[in-house]
Amino acid sequence: MTTTTTPAAIPASRSRYGSMQHDRVWALRWSYFFLILFVIFFLTPPIYMLITSLKTSNEISSLTNPWWVFNPTLENYIELTTSPQFQTFFINSAMVSVFVVTTTMLIAVPAAFALSRMKFLGSATLATGVFLTYLIPETLLFIPLFKMMAVFNELSGIQLINKWWVNLILYPTLTVPFCTWIMIGYFASIPKELDEAAIIDGATWMQTLTRIFIPVALPGLIAATIFAFTVSWAQFLYPLAFTTSTDQLVLPVGIITTLIKGDIFNWGQIMTGALLGALPPLVIYAFLMDYYIAGLTAGATKG
Amino acid sequence: MADVAARSDALSSEQRRAPSRLRAFLHRKSTIAFLMTLPLIVLIAVLVIYPAFYALHLATLNKRMTQFVGVKNFTFLFTRETFWMVVQQSCIFALTAVFFKAVIGFIVAHLVHNVPNDKQRKWRGMLLIPWVIPPAMSTLAWLWLFDPSHSAFNWLLAHIGIDPVPWIGNANWARFSVILVNVWIGSPFFMIMYLAALKSVPDQLYEAAKIDGATWWQTMRYVTLPMMRNIIAITALFSTIVTFANFDIVRVLTRGDPLDKTHVFATWAFRVGIEGGDIPLGAAVSLFMVPILTVAAIFILRDINRRGNEA
Repeated sequence: MTTTTTPAAIPASRSRYGSMQHDRVWALRWSYFFLILFVIFFLTPPIYMLITSLKTSNEISSLTNPWWVFNPTLENYIELTTSPQFQTFFINSAMVSVFVVTTTMLIAVPAAFALSRMKFLGSATLATGVFLTYLIPETLLFIPLFKMMAVFNELSGIQLINKWWVNLILYPTLTVPFCTWIMIGYFASIPKELDEAAIIDGATWMQTLTRIFIPVALPGLIAATIFAFTVSWAQFLYPLAFTTSTDQLVLPVGIITTLIKGDIFNWGQIMTGALLGALPPLVIYAFLMDYYIAGLTAGATKG
Repeated sequence: MADVAARSDALSSEQRRAPSRLRAFLHRKSTIAFLMTLPLIVLIAVLVIYPAFYALHLATLNKRMTQFVGVKNFTFLFTRETFWMVVQQSCIFALTAVFFKAVIGFIVAHLVHNVPNDKQRKWRGMLLIPWVIPPAMSTLAWLWLFDPSHSAFNWLLAHIGIDPVPWIGNANWARFSVILVNVWIGSPFFMIMYLAALKSVPDQLYEAAKIDGATWWQTMRYVTLPMMRNIIAITALFSTIVTFANFDIVRVLTRGDPLDKTHVFATWAFRVGIEGGDIPLGAAVSLFMVPILTVAAIFILRDINRRGNEA
């Protein structure tokens, strides 16, 4: 019985196995094919930015192949980076981002520590509240905030609108809730034994935070910092609504409001500016991709 | 002499007790915790909760904000044709964009998942770039790609014999274009989330399905989708909020043109409230986002809690 069935079964199973292998190879090839198509779709705009930024105005306005640079030049880069106005935008953006990241972490980390470890009255409600605040978009808040600033000016005589540092007050509303939320998650994943041991050894709460929690949750801290930086660097609505003088603008708004003058579009410079504006987040992403992605996916998970 | 010494002794002990009580209070766990969360509470209360309710108050004032007019701003909006156009466009924009982002994200996540593990990092790295570039900057590149007279897309289309497409000149094409740009920016985020979800499905489940002779579709229907269900829901709901409240893309690409056909709530609120100087009406416009945002937020909270309980 066995002698008759085995010879028949073996070639059958072998060909079956072979076809599965075959299928798998083709599945992989098709995956690569479609991945390449998607990569082309996803990378066309940034690559087109680069192509245009290397062209002279003459080449841009002529009707030659737009996807090719015939006379590459760094003229746009030199002109833009030496322009005092563009430098001001860049410095404003850098200062706003650095200050906002610092204040965000100073507010978010202790709060996240308290909310995840030091249970107190209403701490669970507050944690949920932080998450809900993160879901309130800036497009809902900019009009009342605008009016609040105007009222504040009337009452105190301090002009906040049209000063670059008004962004230092506004951006934390976008960064702090999310950073607190993901830091709660990271802190909650630290074993309880660790901080219990520290407390037994006589460490204060502050020491437990700075000596144990921050070093252990460092990857989370980096992810949160990257998030805070990219959000403050990319923010467009608040500076567009709250600042108008060219010396007070941050980079994205500066490029859009000053390089587009009426109907005259200097596309070479606009694309150069856009590329330079996209560079800091891209550089950080290139070097710290894993942290960046960890921060993205952490938002949807609870501790 | 002794009297004086005793008195000074009593004084000093009294003095000592007060700070020690204060110190004990400061050392209490709940006090420390409260102090640590205080900046967060102040920030949220002053710059998020208060403005949200202030918007409600502003929306009931007249244009010069001198008089209470009740719901007049809202009833005025109901009579405006542009308002209904904005409602319609916001819904079309958000729903279509989220749908396509989810579909593309799902497909690309599977494609990346198919690739051998050591090569996934490289592909994932390239595919996430649209999400990393500040939206206002990448939309500028799209604006240039859609340029009426120098559109690089139309140049390619001309080579295969297709007439130039009025990407942002014609109302329907402009609506398509803003959705396209939004899908381009947002689908990498879905891809990353879905990829993380795919990786969390235990291999044993797939092996078991294979042993039981499940087809590709059955594996997808009964293993992959149920395991990813929660992440799919959270990501889509979260993206609905962000897309519904989107400002950057429409503002840079079309500014609401042609003929206000591409305005969404955020851009129209900006046009009316900040550029038009009618803050109460702008506040009223932006408040119309609240119902949809609330519904999405409630579902997210439910799903996240469920997810937290599973873990």
